[in-house]
Amino acid sequence: MQLKHPAVAGTLESSDVQVTIHPNNGMGLDIRIESIVKAQFGDAILETVEEVLASFGIAEALVRINDKGALDWVIRARMQAAICRGADCSFDWKGEDA
Amino acid sequence: MEQRVSLKRTSLYVSGSSPANINEAVFYNEDCIVYDLEDSVPTSEKDTARLIVYNALRYQRPADKYVIIRVNGIYSEFLDEDLEASVRARPDALRIPKVESAEEVQKISAKVAEIESQVGIEVGSIELWCNIESYLGVINALEIASADPRVVALALGAEDYTASMKAQRTKQGLEMFYARNALLIACRAAGVDAIDMVFSDIDDLEGLREDVSMARNLGFDGKTAIHPRQIDTINSFFTPSKKEINYALRVLAAVEEGKRLNKGAVALDGSMIDKPVELRALTTIAQARAAGIKIGGENHAG
Amino acid sequence: MPVNAVGRELPERIGNYLVKPYQGTNALEPTSKKVVSNRVLTLRPASGSKVVDTLEQAIQATGLKNGMTISFHHSFREGDLVVGQVLTAIRNLGIKNLRFAPSAVVNIKNPSIVDFVRDGTITRIEASGIRGELGDAVIDGLMEEPVILRTHGARPRAIEAGELEIDVAFIGASAADEYGNATGQIGPNACGALGYSFIDVTTAGKVVIITDNMVDYPCVPASISQQYVDYVVVVEQIGIPEKIGAGATRMTRNPRDLMIAQRIADVIAASRLFKNNFSFQTGAGSISIACTNYLADRMEERGIKASFALGGITANIVEMFNKGLVRVLEGSQSFDAVAARAIAEHPNILEIDNAVYSNMYGKGCMLDKLNFGVLTALEIDVDFNLNILTGSSGEMMGGLGGGPDVASGADISIAALPIVRGRTPSVVNKVFTICTPGETVAMVVTEAGIALNPRHKHYEMLREDMEKTDLKIVSIESLRQLAESFTGKPKQIECTDKIVCIVEYRDGTVIDVIRQIKR
Repeated sequence: MQLKHPAVAGTLESSDVQVTIHPNNGMGLDIRIESIVKAQFGDAILETVEEVLASFGIAEALVRINDKGALDWVIRARMQAAICRGADCSFDWKGEDA
Repeated sequence: MEQRVSLKRTSLYVSGSSPANINEAVFYNEDCIVYDLEDSVPTSEKDTARLIVYNALRYQRPADKYVIIRVNGIYSEFLDEDLEASVRARPDALRIPKVESAEEVQKISAKVAEIESQVGIEVGSIELWCNIESYLGVINALEIASADPRVVALALGAEDYTASMKAQRTKQGLEMFYARNALLIACRAAGVDAIDMVFSDIDDLEGLREDVSMARNLGFDGKTAIHPRQIDTINSFFTPSKKEINYALRVLAAVEEGKRLNKGAVALDGSMIDKPVELRALTTIAQARAAGIKIGGENHAG
Repeated sequence: MPVNAVGRELPERIGNYLVKPYQGTNALEPTSKKVVSNRVLTLRPASGSKVVDTLEQAIQATGLKNGMTISFHHSFREGDLVVGQVLTAIRNLGIKNLRFAPSAVVNIKNPSIVDFVRDGTITRIEASGIRGELGDAVIDGLMEEPVILRTHGARPRAIEAGELEIDVAFIGASAADEYGNATGQIGPNACGALGYSFIDVTTAGKVVIITDNMVDYPCVPASISQQYVDYVVVVEQIGIPEKIGAGATRMTRNPRDLMIAQRIADVIAASRLFKNNFSFQTGAGSISIACTNYLADRMEERGIKASFALGGITANIVEMFNKGLVRVLEGSQSFDAVAARAIAEHPNILEIDNAVYSNMYGKGCMLDKLNFGVLTALEIDVDFNLNILTGSSGEMMGGLGGGPDVASGADISIAALPIVRGRTPSVVNKVFTICTPGETVAMVVTEAGIALNPRHKHYEMLREDMEKTDLKIVSIESLRQLAESFTGKPKQIECTDKIVCIVEYRDGTVIDVIRQIKR
């Protein structure tokens, strides 16, 4: 999937995460994580971010994570929303049935 | 279809916009959580709320709650994708805003069935709660409640109803008295549960008590809560008394005895125990257990 | 490396500090040591007044020199303006290398304590806690010498045992007279009880009272007597009133905290010890305050009255007193303006010496007579050990306070915390820093259920009492698993070998150490 423009999803409220995503044509992936639980969960957050990007087939993007203690599924949801917004598409619900 | 015993004393609305509230909701004592995609979610956030609710249920479904998703209105542009997401989240039920006719219910049921079969879950397994929040809804309550086997409950919505009636909302709620009774009569006739409207002033626990007391006395099975603070108060009114529990236990014992002796019909204190009486007894015991009441020497320690 | 009774590996020495490993709460030995005091026989002042014009003059007059020990109390909390002014004056005089030993370090800014560490004014710190900027800097390796953290009960013990000898005590007071009689109860910056300063005043080599409110002789009420005071200095301002009464105490509206608070009250009400003349300490966290209110309701419903409430006193405990629900309030600290005023207004609301409150080597202390104590905590582990100091990412979050003392003194000590905060699990396998040993914690109350500690001395009694109720009793391990099912498994915080804090238990043994965080 191709990102068309920058997009944001999520908030800076406690237990939420704000994901900002930009196209990064020809430059690969650049993921930066700020998190109040980085010491304990920084690696886990990165893993989830990469997994969601891969599930959309995105290999080029600037991703900024500003995490306020979001649980894993919240990060997943906000990532999916940011990507769909940046790519101007709806989420592929049928893809979940596989 | 065998009627299930499920508890619906309290249904707590939780916004699909708030991960923090979703996380905390599982720890309160509500029987049902209603993940909301409708009124609490701004138009610009419908996409991410859907994903939040879907992922919440996929990865962290509360173990001992009845899970409901409230989708957007029947004529809104968001409904179709709400259904795609919600059915795949496999809730116990969907809550449909402002239902006014049987036809609307059937249309939604058909859409749900289509997605159920795509997803590979048993068609008909997702139940429907219909919100009744207009005079038309009240007039057509019986046909709505009987429209489809999926429908298990009607829930009253006071704000939109009173607006449609040009009525004033008051704390005493006399303007809702007819609608409450009309909805109850329809629910009883159709054999579905009746869920009372929200009490909006979350700081007025005394007012809430009076309001729930009235709902319980009229016959409602439960009430919608808009804040966790309201849950224990509402539950307390829908929690059976010791006397009711003892009667229920005697009913169930008599039924067991009847089964053991292979009797077709069983009587207690001179009256027959038919299926509704038995179900009511089961519900009473379930309500008591959910309230943490220890029945017959059972122990929650573990 | 020796291992102490809670399983922590400790070196035999840390610099010059000789480690006595914690041996368990039953391993305490009687002692016949004489009490150590630096107080000296001092002839009356020639002038009839102890007033000195400036802080600098007072400091010079005390003979403060490089390497000495200075102390303060923390009763002005976040509103303290005394510590910063005194340290600035000391710096102006070029005195360095001091041991800074307040009852607790309050989180002051402009100047921050960190500044005085960086410029060498302070090289050692001993206190109850080092929150805020200082705490973060210490845990990142700011100081050469490890900070010694002591509970409220451990500090007077260390002072009287000669392990912490105070050369000069600087005591902020909201009113004082020219001869040094002083109080925290009146004046524009009233803070109430000064119970944490009594041990300093009676044992320090020199005592300086600092006030912004000079009153006619004699100052009444006087919590601090002239017989201990060497000098009095008047400064423009000793505190910020709004911040003195704020901070620790706020009524929560968070429904999760309210649920926990309500359950604590349910647990207390279900205990057989909940009867006339029972005693309690609920504390000042947001859960604690809410719990006090629910407890008052249960007492009214059942017609039960308490003999005394102890520790930090809050407005809602004073309200219980006014309703006749509690006979005596014994306060070492007053957490808000209502509690501060109440001491002067009611003979049964008392200001008590922190040593009377918490020092187990003072021939017994009041918290040994408690029936119920509520303990808030950052983390609890499956052995019921509590961490009240460090956040799970290794940041300094609080002070030891009196929690570990209360846990060991009270019949029923109740830890209260949510199992998850954001993505941080608070029921874990091993807490990051052990402050309160698990064997002294009777139970934990969370939003997801109540767990009883099978190793606690009153376990059987509690289990019987709780089984009679509808309260949801679960195992601590199930709470831990539930928390982890939400958050995922946290990665362990990596530390270097450098010890930055020593955590002393109330008997002066080492219960844990904090090592520098690897960044």
